[in-house]
Amino acid sequence: MDEKKLAIIATKGTLDWGYPPFILASTAAALGYSVEIFFTFYGLQLLRKDLSHLRVSPLGNPAMPMPVPMPNLMMVLPGMEGMATSMMKSKMKAKGVASLEELRGLCVEAEVRMIACQMTVDLFEFDTADFIDGIELGGAATFFEFAGEADITLFM
Amino acid sequence: MVQEDKVLDARGLNCPLPILRTKKALGELSSGQVLKIVATDPGAVKDFEAFSKQTKNPLLDQAESGGEFVFFIQKA
Repeated sequence: MDEKKLAIIATKGTLDWGYPPFILASTAAALGYSVEIFFTFYGLQLLRKDLSHLRVSPLGNPAMPMPVPMPNLMMVLPGMEGMATSMMKSKMKAKGVASLEELRGLCVEAEVRMIACQMTVDLFEFDTADFIDGIELGGAATFFEFAGEADITLFM
Repeated sequence: MVQEDKVLDARGLNCPLPILRTKKALGELSSGQVLKIVATDPGAVKDFEAFSKQTKNPLLDQAESGGEFVFFIQKA
């Protein structure tokens, strides 16, 4: 087989960090790669049917652009996370950035294989019925079965 | 002047959507047919060259005018 392979481990469940796995997976698929994403720990949030709960946190993220400069300590105040999230969402919409749901849908369409880590599904007591269809469950060995033959492997 | 068989309006879309829509639109063409893409994402210039190179669908022509980027990709 001369088909290239991309393996991704998605470990984060924030609105901003949800993008890299789905952008790279969908683009790689469009370029003819065979792609697999292994979702573990907080990355499992990206598999839920409804993604509207995803947030971006300005706390501990001094690189996040703010309309007015603010000390990071202020970010603990109630409402800051909600404000940062809605700001991010409206910016993305204005700039023509795809929604996470749309990018994920394109991944599904392109037959990107998605695997949910069994151990962390159990650990966080996720109900797999909340996940989108077509998700497989597996462990580290399942990941290496694909990653061992991958041309590119990314941890996110 | 290259004559297109189909036009894809990718204006206002940002990375990676123009590429993903292009891939989909090319799938609906037959070999030798030409897709014209109009985009406004400045990153598209590099990306379409890279897409063409990697997918072996020739980038026949490209142009820019008034903030719009036009690409002609032939289906291999």
